[in-house]
Amino acid sequence: MSATTTPPVGRKLRVATTSLAGCFGCHMSLLDIDERLFALLEQVEFDRSPLTDIKHCGPCDIGLVEGGVCNAENVHVLHEFRRNCRILVAFGACAVTGGLPAQRNHLDLGICLQEVYVTEPGLAKGCIPNDPELPLPLDQVHPLHEVVKVDYFLPGCPPSADAIWSFLTDLIAGRTPRLGHGLIHYD
Amino acid sequence: MSFELETAAQPAGLRRVAIDPVSRVEGHGKVTILLDADDRVHQVRLHIVEFRGFERFVQGRPYWELPVMVQRLCGICPVSHHLAAAKALDVIVGATHLTPTAEKIRRLMHYGQILQSHALHFFHLASPDLLFGFDSDAAKRNIVAVAAQYPDIARKGVLLRKFGQEVIRVTAGKRVHGTGAIPGGVNKALTREERDALQADAYTMIGWSREAVALVKRLHFANASLYNSFAAFRSNLLSLVADDGALDLYHGGLRARDAGGKLIFDHVDYHRYWDQITEEVKPWSYMKFPYLRTLGPDEGWYKVGPLVRVQNCDHIPTPLADAERREFVDFGGGTPIHATLAYHWARMIEMLFAAEEIKALLHDDDLLGDDLVVKGERQRRGVGVIEAPRGTLIHHYRINNNDQVMRANLIVSTTHNNQALNEAIRQVAKRYLDGRKLTEGLLNHIEVAIRAFDPCLSCATHALGQMPLAVDLVDAEGTCLDRLQRGSDGAVSQPLPT
Repeated sequence: MSATTTPPVGRKLRVATTSLAGCFGCHMSLLDIDERLFALLEQVEFDRSPLTDIKHCGPCDIGLVEGGVCNAENVHVLHEFRRNCRILVAFGACAVTGGLPAQRNHLDLGICLQEVYVTEPGLAKGCIPNDPELPLPLDQVHPLHEVVKVDYFLPGCPPSADAIWSFLTDLIAGRTPRLGHGLIHYD
Repeated sequence: MSFELETAAQPAGLRRVAIDPVSRVEGHGKVTILLDADDRVHQVRLHIVEFRGFERFVQGRPYWELPVMVQRLCGICPVSHHLAAAKALDVIVGATHLTPTAEKIRRLMHYGQILQSHALHFFHLASPDLLFGFDSDAAKRNIVAVAAQYPDIARKGVLLRKFGQEVIRVTAGKRVHGTGAIPGGVNKALTREERDALQADAYTMIGWSREAVALVKRLHFANASLYNSFAAFRSNLLSLVADDGALDLYHGGLRARDAGGKLIFDHVDYHRYWDQITEEVKPWSYMKFPYLRTLGPDEGWYKVGPLVRVQNCDHIPTPLADAERREFVDFGGGTPIHATLAYHWARMIEMLFAAEEIKALLHDDDLLGDDLVVKGERQRRGVGVIEAPRGTLIHHYRINNNDQVMRANLIVSTTHNNQALNEAIRQVAKRYLDGRKLTEGLLNHIEVAIRAFDPCLSCATHALGQMPLAVDLVDAEGTCLDRLQRGSDGAVSQPLPT
């Protein structure tokens, strides 16, 4: 846990964010810093993020990855972030542990798909979607650190806005982030 | 049957272009487009590419966990899932009527959610397209550029969202994934201090919501021919309405109209929604395709959400929003408006409605009561339906004698709009892309149409997946001719297919 940023001279820190098998709740909690967002934008600029139209990650200082890894597409995006981000953060419960979507890990994926798309009552005609455009689902949902090296873990479902603010301001200032009393929680 | 541009007759040899991921939407989506050598469009599809399987893995869990589990489908509208599940569980525990305090706390929570979600969608996600232009510089199409160029608009957007989130926090315990609603009621009322703090800002929020309606009208009128025709398509309409026909986003009966505005059914009890709605599966998306059973899959598909609700109701029960509704309906000249970009206008009218409802509720002393929960005769099946920010949301559960979930079925708002979304992007592809050399700006037109629906691709993945948005161009022989991608700098590149 020693990765820190060097406070940049003459440029803003570049931050990328993405949600893999997450619900976007961590991104919502990031926006819950409310008007502090404008102060943040004084110091950082966004690369790939659901808030921008940048579709692929370029070289960045910080990458925030929400959600676990549930399909082949998630693996590709996670590798793209690891390649490009000096500091990679497992952002919220699902990135840290797999979270609620990992509840499917004890189930057989094939039977799951069968129940949802074929035998579910109220379906006119069922079939399991299998188009090549659909990324293959993994048999289990994985936390990020089972796929790539992770520099920081920020827990919480979601982490509170105050925790995110404290974490980011530490990181931006070049300090090792420390979450104070009340800022670490898991619900 | 297949709709126009859904499936290329001769896919071999067509060029594939993908928009992957669709950005400035909640969740993951991908659009693929297939084109021939002359750039004619042969196929356009919006794919939902992730599967998560909530319906399956909640089986076996105790029913009281549902409101906190299923809201984790979506971090943007968790309150909608929280409340739809709670309403279904009200039926399970036999709570036929909630206490006034419980009902009003839930309504307050819900209108806080509507306000924050509509503000988020309009200001943070969609406004860059509308303020800067659909084919403006991709590097600037975001809230950061809005904050730089229109600081007052951006600041009010951020603070409107903040107010909605604060309403949620005091009613649900926290801003995202709270715990306020429980089977048969709520676990917390408001304290006087919480209520007074919100009351202090409520009038300001109404004022800013009126400004937002005025802004969206100004944008619409300034470019009326574009706004009236862009991605426009005719379809049936579906939403809940109150017993007296009023707009009510928390509870009501189902009302459907045809494209001309004629009633198909009205005040239908949603507890037997399956008598009206059937779903079908297509192999290229994890998101199902619902339709009205009596009309069949070809004629029975419909749209949901703000554009529908504002026109499907007979009136809005708050004065300022109702005045805006009348102006909106008059603009349509007696028949429903099907312009996709009018979703934004209708959405801001609903935001004003939510702000007015919140203000009225905050002056109701029932919010401070202590009679929170009721119970009655236990049932085995419960259905809860609510109008989420994006449209009608259906939760359906069966519970066994051990209080375990036996079966769950969820039809989320964006799923109702599945065919409508595909229809909208096919209209755009025909009108703007067909026969032309693709550019990043043209591709953004596809995303502008998708964004207008405020789709929640996160919700849409509940079955077991995630929705990436990509556009592919495929030739007449089915070969991938080309793929159009946006690079990290926003530039469009065409890597040759391998």
